[in-house]
Amino acid sequence: MIALGAFHGLNPGMGWLFALSLGLQQHSGRVIWISLFPIAVGHAAAIVAVVLIVLAGLQVISFHRLQWLTAVLLLGFGIYKLFNYYRHPRWVGMKVGMRDLLLWSFLMATAHGAGLMVIPALLGVAEEQKSHHAGGHPAMLEGGAMLLAVGAHTLSMLLVMGAVAWIVYRKLGLSVLRQKWINFDLIWAVALLVVGGVALWMAI
Amino acid sequence: MALWKPDPSFYPSAKMAMQAPPERHAYVAALNPDGGEKPDAICVVDLDPDSASYSQVVGELELPYVGDELHHFGWNACSSALCPFAPHPHLERRYLVVPGLRSSRIYIIDTKPDPRQPHIVKTLEPEEVIGKSGYSRPHTVHCGPDAIYISAMGSAKGDEGPGGIFMLDHFSFSVVGPWELHRGDQELAYDFWWHLAEDVLISSEWAKPSQFENGLVPEDLLANKYGHRIHFWDLRKRRLAQSIDIGAEHQMLLELRPAHDPTKDYGFAGVVISTEDLSASVWTWYREGGEWKMKKTISIPAVPADEESLPEALKPFKAVPPLVSDIDLSLDDRFLYVSCWGTGELHQYDVSDPFNPRLTGKVEIGGIVARKGHPKADRQLLGAPQMVEISRDGRRVYFTNSLYSSWDDQFYPDKMTGWMVKVNIDPSGGMELDPDFFVDFGKTRVHQVRLEGGDASTDSYCFPS
Repeated sequence: MIALGAFHGLNPGMGWLFALSLGLQQHSGRVIWISLFPIAVGHAAAIVAVVLIVLAGLQVISFHRLQWLTAVLLLGFGIYKLFNYYRHPRWVGMKVGMRDLLLWSFLMATAHGAGLMVIPALLGVAEEQKSHHAGGHPAMLEGGAMLLAVGAHTLSMLLVMGAVAWIVYRKLGLSVLRQKWINFDLIWAVALLVVGGVALWMAI
Repeated sequence: MALWKPDPSFYPSAKMAMQAPPERHAYVAALNPDGGEKPDAICVVDLDPDSASYSQVVGELELPYVGDELHHFGWNACSSALCPFAPHPHLERRYLVVPGLRSSRIYIIDTKPDPRQPHIVKTLEPEEVIGKSGYSRPHTVHCGPDAIYISAMGSAKGDEGPGGIFMLDHFSFSVVGPWELHRGDQELAYDFWWHLAEDVLISSEWAKPSQFENGLVPEDLLANKYGHRIHFWDLRKRRLAQSIDIGAEHQMLLELRPAHDPTKDYGFAGVVISTEDLSASVWTWYREGGEWKMKKTISIPAVPADEESLPEALKPFKAVPPLVSDIDLSLDDRFLYVSCWGTGELHQYDVSDPFNPRLTGKVEIGGIVARKGHPKADRQLLGAPQMVEISRDGRRVYFTNSLYSSWDDQFYPDKMTGWMVKVNIDPSGGMELDPDFFVDFGKTRVHQVRLEGGDASTDSYCFPS
């Protein structure tokens, strides 16, 4: 979860570049740091939405079936992304407020399957909770542990975004984009497939 | 299609783009207006002074149909792909999107692997363009952050308006649909561009197709029926926000050149002719308290002339109008180049202060009466500076001489031939014709020039200079 958060944090398309451009446009370093928060919150909200779906799902279908479903969804989405990795949601412009940034980040995370990607990890957390605390209130414990995981994920993303934005803003300058902006979208598509493969293996 | 790193011709800011290496090739829209058998073409001109074929046509792609009337065209992708809200940094700048203004056909032309042998990879037939976009007569092409935007002069119904803007998908080049959600009372169309960082799109007005396809209609001009408004749109909500009428006598408000630096919200618009005194003008748009305003900042007077040296349409006026047909702004927002297609002059203005342009250079060639020659073509030349393009570093300017086939014949009735020249720019102001660069296209006429890797009227930047 933490590594995935760091990956999102590095990707210019997921937030820090947007925050940086707003700061540059308004000649204010503060704007950069302030803009990172709604982006992180939007991202977290997209994943929490998935957590809620998983928790609800666990009430309806068996753990094992959910594992299967997750693997199938991940592989399917990964294949779609592999051939459409360059497509992004078409929304919003450059003149944005905090609410816009939050929605933008939520949409980007959702459209890229950021939430879907973490389901296997969430299921892992859930399973661990279950084996440690037989009896008790499984749903609540599971939920709590999952939210903790989302928190760690988001914090990791926020820290990496902040660090990258700071380095680019203070030291490297925007020309770094020309050299270092690797094809994160393609990596992401491959990562979806890899995680889908792992999920499938876990389900079997 | 899959690039691992961003296309090297994409730059975050205009200032960085000025460090780009010099262009090696120009793509030039070439048209054969005599009808008959010869189709239009995209020509490749060698721009490398060290090459043996410098200033020569080194490649030509003949189109499969006759009578498209190529005019403006553009690249599939540019620096706007780095804009942070919809980044597509791994798109490649390699396809020219080339509309036929008369046919409403659009060609997608690949300039790789050999830049001298462009080839068609997709043709959007008129039925598809008109059917899906709701417009006809496609004109200006701009590579946007989220789609390719194209303006169109006519509606799907034919000769009447409204003209507008439609979008092409970045990846499949299929027509997405019309861009506007609420157009208000906007009817005429021509050029458009934007202030991306402000979510503002600006559009201008030429005329209805019936007012230009068979030539300029003098009665309509004298009745001030050509376009004289500029429109400011909300780029995000896709709706008209404000229109400014600069006065009915200011006929044909054409080219729009917003400042390249996204922290500046002003730009320049060229007006072809005033029906009051035949002068041409350039206006500066700017924002004051949330309102857009227009101010005339350059006025170029008509030049008195003998009646017998003038074409039929101008005889009664005993003067040559300057006819500002194109303007272009260097990437540092410092120099504005203004084509005077009537008098045969290219002006260079220092627009560091956008409200007080200062004339810093002038080049004379062609012209309705002057017909000035070139060091490499020492004869009377017909046509005059028209479509201007500036290299990214601002050191070289290229221009061609044809406006629009039927209009060429009205103002230059002695059958102009096509030519392209180059101007060397002094970085501190001033310019002169390159004596070694003159491309003679013969009977073929040439219009817009696009430079390999980008130029000053293609890319939009989301990051400040």
